[in-house]
Parts: sequence; structure tokens; C-alpha cells
Amino acid sequence: MKPLEILKTAMANSFRSKLRTFLTILAIFVGAFTLTITNGLGTGISNYIDGQIAAVGSSNSFTVGKTDTSGNPASGPKKYDASTRVLAAGGRPGSTQPALGQTDLDTIGAVPGITGVTPVTRLNPDYIQWNDHDKYQLSVSPLAGAQPQLAAGTALDDSTTEPQLILPSSYVAPLGFADNNQAVGQDATIGITDATGTLHPLTARITGIEQSALLGGGGAFINKALSTALADAQGTGAPAASKTAWANVTATFAPSSAAQITEMKAGLAAAGYTAQTLDDRIGTVKTVINGIIGVLDAFAVIALIAAGFGIVNTLLMSVQERTREIGLMKAMGMGSGSVFALFSTEAAFIGFLGSAVGSAAAIGLGTAVSGALARGPLSDLEGLHILAFAPGSVAGVILLVMAIAFIAGTLPAWRAARQNPIDALRYE
Amino acid sequence: MSVPILAAQDLSKTYGRGPDRFDALKGVSLEIGRGDSVAIVGKSGSGKSTLMHLLALLDSPGGGQVRVDGTDAKTLSGRRLNTLRNTMFGFVFQQFFLNSASSVLENVVLPLKIAGVSARERRARGMAVLEQLELADKARNKAGNLSGGQKQRVVIARALVNNPQVLFADEPTGNLDTATGRIVEDILFDLNINHGITLITVTHDHDLAARFNRRLYIRDGLLITTDEEHAA
Repeated sequence: MKPLEILKTAMANSFRSKLRTFLTILAIFVGAFTLTITNGLGTGISNYIDGQIAAVGSSNSFTVGKTDTSGNPASGPKKYDASTRVLAAGGRPGSTQPALGQTDLDTIGAVPGITGVTPVTRLNPDYIQWNDHDKYQLSVSPLAGAQPQLAAGTALDDSTTEPQLILPSSYVAPLGFADNNQAVGQDATIGITDATGTLHPLTARITGIEQSALLGGGGAFINKALSTALADAQGTGAPAASKTAWANVTATFAPSSAAQITEMKAGLAAAGYTAQTLDDRIGTVKTVINGIIGVLDAFAVIALIAAGFGIVNTLLMSVQERTREIGLMKAMGMGSGSVFALFSTEAAFIGFLGSAVGSAAAIGLGTAVSGALARGPLSDLEGLHILAFAPGSVAGVILLVMAIAFIAGTLPAWRAARQNPIDALRYE
Repeated sequence: MSVPILAAQDLSKTYGRGPDRFDALKGVSLEIGRGDSVAIVGKSGSGKSTLMHLLALLDSPGGGQVRVDGTDAKTLSGRRLNTLRNTMFGFVFQQFFLNSASSVLENVVLPLKIAGVSARERRARGMAVLEQLELADKARNKAGNLSGGQKQRVVIARALVNNPQVLFADEPTGNLDTATGRIVEDILFDLNINHGITLITVTHDHDLAARFNRRLYIRDGLLITTDEEHAA
């Protein structure tokens, strides 16, 4: 029998006992529906988190600091080294961290794979103001290469000499703008105090407005020109030594595989530096969410396995009912392989029907619910679509269900195939 | 003498084991020539159906061998065996074994479908054989809606659609009334005489058996030379 004929016959056979097939499909439907929904949940949340992470910094960069071993228990006090400088650090009051100097920058830049090294300058502007409206406090994101999710306007341009910034959307109304679009293209004044206590007002162009973000912390994003200007203003009157001591540097690299990143990290660790990618810093969030999605997926798969037994049952009954027909076909020269293929194809077809309908229903319902949630209860988290359906993963779900159905169909198909034609014909 | 199309040597077949052991055939040897018509006659339980099943290669013998065109059936691969069943043999069953939900035409072309013949050719050959059996007008009917005589003719059409060399019939008139049975008999003998198809029929009906070239009488798993029951 030709494969196409087997497919056609199997499809026709699956509709012979409509009620039974329908009930089996219903069982598979539930499993496929659940699996598609949990998958969509995973995709939706991952998409959102990926977007949020990109808003914090570039994925092609490390944040590098000097490895600090002084905190190790029982290591005792460290010997003084004239080349080592420390900076005040966050965390426990009085704690310090080793500072990075120009020689460190050169060392890091020499590690194979690193394409650029930029010191992370902590900028502490005092306020931002537009025209004569009220002044508001402002913090700026210190990490280079961030890609904020824009609600309006365009991304920053690091190659221009014009100072630019992107403001979080929460600043739009307080600064006196009517809406996001009015803010874009306006010049704002940023005030920053130097080491001697003198206030320097700087003018910068607002190029974009950022969607309210989960991880960004409400700071503004600035381009290189503004960053340099602010750093110069802040550094006015400061001792020269403090200008060349940084807590962290950003080391960028070309897009790389995980193995290459691990290798670069090892290279930096050998040189005495601790490097972290964004995924290292924020990846735990994803791990937790992936864990939750995994548990939900497991429940869906349990539902599918139950449905698989439904398929076994349905097909065993079919084989029983069609014993004489199978015998007849074998008496007419149909090979065991073809009989097996006929019944396992029928199982896979039932699986396909159940999963296609289940996935379609999940996508339809999920998209509607997700849209409603995004407009309603989740509207504070802009850009979050709790359910997103990637064609690849939906196709994966359908294939998985078909595989489960096929495996469930092998037992009945095997029973059908091994029948002796004459035993089958004698069967009453 | 040419090679017989079917030959059996010392065929035996046993069902069950221990106290349930039943020797259906106890050593049967026979030869059937090309174009012959043979009736295997015996009572219920005599082993006549078992013999036909073994000759038709539907079952494997416990002992002895079946030769098809001089080839030992045991040496045939599964694929060759399936091809042989599909193209060389046709079967007419007493219980019809029709799929009542499918159309007459679909039932008839089933062997062609198994052989992998294209849909267009299946239709043409199916219609030709239905024409031959005067069933062309029923081609689209559901097989379940036919009368007994029509069903038996559909079964014969199905057996003929692959142009077999040997036609096996198991009690072909057993489920039919006398008049209809007569029509079916005439069709079978017409195929034997005018188309050269070897006809092998199992029956317990002595009037039907009388119309065949040869009669093989079987009792308790052994061929007997004379028609004892008939004489008695």
C-alpha cells in the first residue's frame, strides 16, 4: 500500500466511529490546550524579561570589578600594597572595594575577545528641569549599551556630539509636558554639583521616552556626549587621582557563544577580575520563571499521558472491531508493516486533530485574555503580554502530542499487525 | 505433464496441545493443475477448510509442504508471499467480509489499493469487473444495503479484480437461497471454463460438487478415494 493511501485510509478510518474518536480528541484537546497555554505563558514572560534586561544594559558586555578576597573568613588582614586603592562600596557601612585604575583597564582590554573597555562613572546629577517648571531629582543609568523599550521617540546616538537623554515615562507629566510626543525633541536642563560645591546646569535633548520598566529603576539613559559632559562637570575641582579610580568598568565583546563567554570570564578571573554578564546578574529571575513554567508544563504533560491511554483504548477497540477486516486485508496480501502503519497513522492523526484544535483554541483564547489583561490589571507593566505564542513552540507542542499519540498507537497497531490472517478471519 | 499450479505433500495441521490437541489434517497429498476445477468435499470438522487455507497460503502447515508453481511456499519471503496472495489468488468467503459502510466499488478495489495501484486505474478496473458481474449500477451503493446474492457477487468481483490465476471459494453458495446460489455457481464455472481460472471450492453440498472436474473427499483429516457418504 502506498504511504499516501495509508494516510487517506487511516484518516477515513478514524471517522468511522465518530463519537469514540471525538471523545479521544477531546481528551487530547485538554492536554494540548494546557500545554500551549503554559508554553505561551513562558514565551510571553521571557519576551518581557528579555526586553527589560536589554533596557538595563547590553548583552554583549561584562561588568568587571577587581576580585576582592579580603572578605574571606580566616584570611586575616591583607598586606598593604601601594598600588592598591579602595573605594567606598555599597552594602555594609564602611565596606570598601578595590578600585580599578588605568593599568587595570589596559589589562582587561588585553584579554582575548574583549573589544572595548569603558570605565563606569558614577554620575550623580541633582535635578532635571524643563523651561521654568518644577525641578525633579534624576538618576542616570551607569551602564553603556542599554536598549530601553521606547514608548515614543528614537534611541540614543553615541556618535553625535549633541548631549542626549531618554527619560522614563513617569517624568513626562511632572516636568510639565502634555504627553510623550511633546517631550521628544525638547531641551531639558540637568543640574550637577562639582567637587567644590558649584552647580553646573547642562542642556540636553530628550530623544525618547521609555516605557515604565520592571528592572530599570526609573533612571534616565544618556548618550556618550552627555555622559562625558556630566562627568567633566562633576569632576571639576576634584583631585586628579579620583578621576582615574573606578569601581567597575564595562568590557564589551563581539556577539559570542556561551562557551566563548565562559572562556573570557575565565581569562578575566585569571587576571584577578570578576566579570558578570547581564544574564548573570538578572538571569536568576528567568530561572525562577522557567522553573514555574516547567512545573505547569509537567501538569500538561500528565494530562497528555492520560489522553494517551485514551488513544490506546480507542484503537484497541478499533482493532478488536476490525479484526476480520484486518484478516481480510492480510489475506489479500497486505503486509504487516502496512497494517502497523495504518493503525499508528490513525493514532497520530487523532493526536494531530486534538492538538491542532487544542492549540488553536489556546491561541485564540490566550490572545484575547492576554490583551484584556494588558489593558486592565497589568496595564502598569507596559509591554507585558502575559501570553505570547511563538510559531516554533506551538508547532513543537503539536509534534509532541502527535508523538505521544503515535507511541500510544503502537501497542494496538502491533496487535493488529501480528494477527494471522486466518485467525482474524475465523474471529467472530 | 506441466508443473501443477498447486501441490501439497503430506500436509498436516494440529490445533491446540495436550488434551485439547486436535489433528485437523493428518497427511494430505494432492496436485491441482492449471485451469482445473476442484471441489473439496467433507463434513463440518473434516479438515476441508483447513486444507483450503493451507493451499491458499493463509496458514502455515504443521508438517509437509505446499508448492506453488513448483516453488516451496516455505522458502518465500514475507514480501513475495504478500505479492502472491495479492496477485495470484482470489478469495470468495461464505461470510462475505464486506465493509458495509463503504461503497461497493471501494470494497471491490481493496486488493488493488493494497497492491498500490493508482486511484484512476483502480476505478477503471473496479468498474470493469463490476460490469462483468452486472453490478455496475450498484457501484455507488453502500455494501451493507445489498441482498445476499448481490453481496456474494461483489465478493466475487473483489476476488477477480486482480486477475487471479486461482480462485478459492469457501462455501460460496452456503448463505444463499437455491436460485441465487445457482446464479453464483454459474458465474464461478463461467470464469473457470471461459477465463481459464483455476477454481478450488470447499463445500459440503454434493450437488454443487458434482459440477466440478474433480472432487476431493476428506474425512477426519485424510483424503479418501471414494465418496463414502454419498454411497452410503
